[in-house]
Amino acid sequence: MNKLKVSVSPHIHSGVTTQKIMLDVIIALLPAAVAGCLIFGARSLLVILTSVAAAVLAELLFCLACKREITIYDLSAVVSGLILALSLPVTMPLWQVAVGAVFAIIIVKCIFGGIGQNFANPAVTARVFMIIAFSKTVAATATPKGVDAVSSATPLVILEGTAKGELPSIIDMLLGKRAGAIGETCVVALVIGGLYLMIKRVISWHTPVAFIASTFIFILIFTGDPKTALYHTLLGGLFIGAIFMATDYSTTPTNTMGKVVFGIGAGFITSVIRIWGSLPEGVSYAILLMNILTPYIEKLTRKKPLGGDKA
Amino acid sequence: MLKMLKGVRVPHRKNTYLSVPKEMPPPKSVTLLCSMHIGKPAVPIVKIGDSVRVGQLIAEQNGFISSPVHASISGTVKKIDNVLISSGAYVPAVTIESDGLMEKHESVTPPVINTKEDFIAAVKASGIVGLGGAGFPTYVKLDAKEGVDTLIINGAECEPYITSDSVTLLSKGEDIVEAIGLMKNFIGIKKVIIGIEKNKKEAIENMKKLTAGDDDITVKVLPSSYPQGAEKVLIYNTTGKIVPAGKLPADVGCIVCNCTTAAEIAEYIKTGMPLVKKCVTVDGGAVKEPKNLIVPIGTSLADVFEFCGGFSEESEKILYGGPMMGISVPSADAPVLKNTNAILAFGNAESTAPKTTACIHCGRCVNHCPIGLVPTEIEKAYTAGSGEQLEKLQVNLCMECGCCSYICPAKRPLVQTNKLAKATLRDYIAKKQAKAKEESGK
Repeated sequence: MNKLKVSVSPHIHSGVTTQKIMLDVIIALLPAAVAGCLIFGARSLLVILTSVAAAVLAELLFCLACKREITIYDLSAVVSGLILALSLPVTMPLWQVAVGAVFAIIIVKCIFGGIGQNFANPAVTARVFMIIAFSKTVAATATPKGVDAVSSATPLVILEGTAKGELPSIIDMLLGKRAGAIGETCVVALVIGGLYLMIKRVISWHTPVAFIASTFIFILIFTGDPKTALYHTLLGGLFIGAIFMATDYSTTPTNTMGKVVFGIGAGFITSVIRIWGSLPEGVSYAILLMNILTPYIEKLTRKKPLGGDKA
Repeated sequence: MLKMLKGVRVPHRKNTYLSVPKEMPPPKSVTLLCSMHIGKPAVPIVKIGDSVRVGQLIAEQNGFISSPVHASISGTVKKIDNVLISSGAYVPAVTIESDGLMEKHESVTPPVINTKEDFIAAVKASGIVGLGGAGFPTYVKLDAKEGVDTLIINGAECEPYITSDSVTLLSKGEDIVEAIGLMKNFIGIKKVIIGIEKNKKEAIENMKKLTAGDDDITVKVLPSSYPQGAEKVLIYNTTGKIVPAGKLPADVGCIVCNCTTAAEIAEYIKTGMPLVKKCVTVDGGAVKEPKNLIVPIGTSLADVFEFCGGFSEESEKILYGGPMMGISVPSADAPVLKNTNAILAFGNAESTAPKTTACIHCGRCVNHCPIGLVPTEIEKAYTAGSGEQLEKLQVNLCMECGCCSYICPAKRPLVQTNKLAKATLRDYIAKKQAKAKEESGK
């Protein structure tokens, strides 16, 4: 008789892998990426490719330099690069895009120990870094291709009242025909991607729904105007943030209650920044702040195990 | 509507469902372990050279939680020695060489039952243990304290591959109903729930038909999700009752009895034949002809596989039980035990452990734990050696179902870590108690 393998149960595995999950996220981001290319032109593709290539290369070089196992095949660097690119305007100089992507991977992810160990979302943190480092180019607004440039200001700035201009129609906003970052404008494409992730059970609906709904409700409370609240909900980076950034595994709570708390907290911070802050956009900061609170949310929302005591 | 507990959706792979079990002819020899149950091993009472017959007592019960062992074939005792079992302990084992006759021993006569004591004594003498896999001596469970009035018949069979319980539900439904009647008469059971997963339609129909006249018995159709058949999960999903940490089902008024165990009880009361054969599902990727078989207890796994046409590919892993909680054996010479409900053999591809990668904090383990534990945090606390944290995380509640390891995309050995963490926690609590004692002594 040949020698048998002996191991502890379970002896089968579901077949879910990190790589498959990341691949699903990439697939879910494709509609938004394609929409971005259609709305803002071919340079969008260049921005996306630069960001992804820089992110992957940065991780590869970091692994080689630190003599660590090469982890680029888990595709998480691709996801980070992709999300970062989609949250940048199409006019961004490519070298700045690359710097941002490298920052996301090296500073935010790798030096904290790589995938799963970072406490802040790489793409969000890199975007915040870029707002500070390259404030002019990040704030620069790109108007959709083929649409008359009615204003050089993004709708959010118009809503704030600091710039004059006409607000796009609701239909245009759903389709993404408005000024903004490459991947953030087409709400329809983002929702399609989000639904795909929910069907594939990669993310749960709790965070995005809590985040988006609470932003709407808080702005409604703060301004008392449903139209303003609706515009705020569809504008800026709320949908890409709620669907793709606030659902990042490493930096958000794992349990359902925690996800709801995270979403509402992020919605609150977004609303406060948008209404009273000096910045037009608050999604990135909201997510980043909630990322920092995640360990506490996780601890406080831990549920009572069956037959056990309250944690 | 009760909110059902979470779990994972495992592949069913019930290839042998509806396969009518065949009796396997007696093998050349059987090896009967004296420890096929939880508790103290039984003590052999036969000598080398003794001739034994089917149903003859060959090892006596030893202590309160223990169970006797009976000869499963007729023949001569060839060897009595200590063998290494999968738990790592050495236990006495009796090897019987078959004479091919399968003669029944004269002690095999139906027991007379008039009182609760008679009933418990009969179950004790039958050598029946929890046949769902746990192997806990059934008589101990049935001799329950006051206030136990609910019997849950466990026909969930949530593990992939295994169909031996389904076969029992289909072919021995009458026996199960009879056992339920006995328990109602003798141990004060008032309410009976038969829990069956919904993927066993025929079994559900059969049990519904057989229990149609009795208002005390309900057949509860459960979702097909793993670990539906785990005791605490089953109690919660059928009655809504929660068994507190460190307590037994009896503390919430329930007895959970596997359906095959129930059928065996009725069989013993009818015929007096102790537990000497077992319906076993033989399956797994490496088995040529997967099927259900009725096998004399003690038959070597190699003989059983041989009877199923041998292997289609070289088997690299052989399991007692299902792939989620089954125990892998070091050699196919291991015998079929009382509580063996399936034996599975896997080839290279299915037995190669997947590579572990970094935890991505996705929370799948947290959201799929039926008990509601946090395996990610338990892993961290265990790595840090923090008994204090492990106590807070209540790792002692883990029933080791393996959902966390099954679902983990990084393929981390989470349930394995939980098992180790339980030991760390036990040490921590023991030390804490010793310290408290010392301080109070000062």
